[in-house]
Amino acid sequence: MPAGTLYRGREGMWSWVAHRVTGVLIFFFLFVHVLDTALVRVSPEAYDNVVATYKTPIVNVMEYGLVAAILFHALNGLRVIAVDFWSKGPRYQKQMLWSVVAVWALLMAGAFYPVLQHTLRTLFGS
Amino acid sequence: MSAETTPAVSGVDDVTLYDVDNPAPVIEAPRKRTKKTPKATRTNFEMYGWLFMRLSGILLVVLVLGHLLIQLVLDGGVSKIGFAFVAGRWASPFWQAWDLIMLWLAMLHGANGLRTVINDYAERDNTRFWLKMLLYTATVFTVLLGTLVIFTFDPNIR
Ligand code: HEM
Ligand code: HEM
Repeated sequence: MPAGTLYRGREGMWSWVAHRVTGVLIFFFLFVHVLDTALVRVSPEAYDNVVATYKTPIVNVMEYGLVAAILFHALNGLRVIAVDFWSKGPRYQKQMLWSVVAVWALLMAGAFYPVLQHTLRTLFGS
Repeated sequence: MSAETTPAVSGVDDVTLYDVDNPAPVIEAPRKRTKKTPKATRTNFEMYGWLFMRLSGILLVVLVLGHLLIQLVLDGGVSKIGFAFVAGRWASPFWQAWDLIMLWLAMLHGANGLRTVINDYAERDNTRFWLKMLLYTATVFTVLLGTLVIFTFDPNIR
């Protein structure tokens, strides 16, 4: 481990990197999302036009990616809170991270069809 | 009390806390104190910011995951979304309030998080200042626009 650095590798650092990257990503999405929702004040057609892009296959896959980012950030955020407030949190941080990853994988598998059904139906018929 | 071992967390001194997998947290200050560094700050702003990140995080789990469930999972996923769908949802004060609270909490939580990120990576005083100005401007604009949209929504716009 190099001296004089805060970056220590392993689960602790990489979960922090992923938490930071997903947090920034969600923030940028939210900025765009409030702008596109604001089109309801312009006209129904203008709003339905942007929502149509949300229904294209590529953007639909990106939505699945957004769900992945938010689920990780939310579950890992709860882990960070447990590390800070639960007296045994720091000792179990690693086990908690792998629990987060397991729950995340489970929820992502469950979200696969519901989130992508629009694309699956348009590409492969009803 | 023996001075041979110093437990980092009280009450758990009977187990080895640190090994290869859990290196001891010797963390040096990320920035050197200089002559220009103030001796003490006047407020506890950073502590309240830290606390806000955790409290808002807990609420956002319910608000944002609930929102995603409704928008992307239930009832056909994205297929159903359109002007009529939004009109139906914002006819209810409950969902208006949900979206309003979600808007404010997510924007403030995200903006405070981004402030930390800027403080970490932008080392020049000028760069840091202008990046934060850009962030604050975008945040105020987005929060005000989103609030206005919820309160002035008109289902009979045409
Ligand atoms: C791709 C996924 C998403 C879809 C399809 C979606 C869809 C929608 C729709 C249709 C509305 C209109 C009002 C309503 O029905 O409640 C809305 C509003 C809103 N959404 Fe989302 N949403 C998504 C993700 C998110 C995420 C991740 C967040 C938070 C980080 C979020 C925050 C908001 C907020 C704050 C509003 C209110 C906007 C305003 O005040 O003008 N949404 N969303
Ligand atoms: C879904 C529930 C959420 C939970 C439980 C949560 C939890 C947390 C926590 C506890 C932190 C502090 C981490 C630390 O001090 O090391 C944090 C940081 C952050 N969050 Fe969230 N958050 C959530 C949603 C969001 C949303 C919707 C956004 C974007 C609008 C966001 C953006 C950020 C950013 C940018 C940071 C700073 C990351 C860093 O400093 O490394 N979070 N989150």
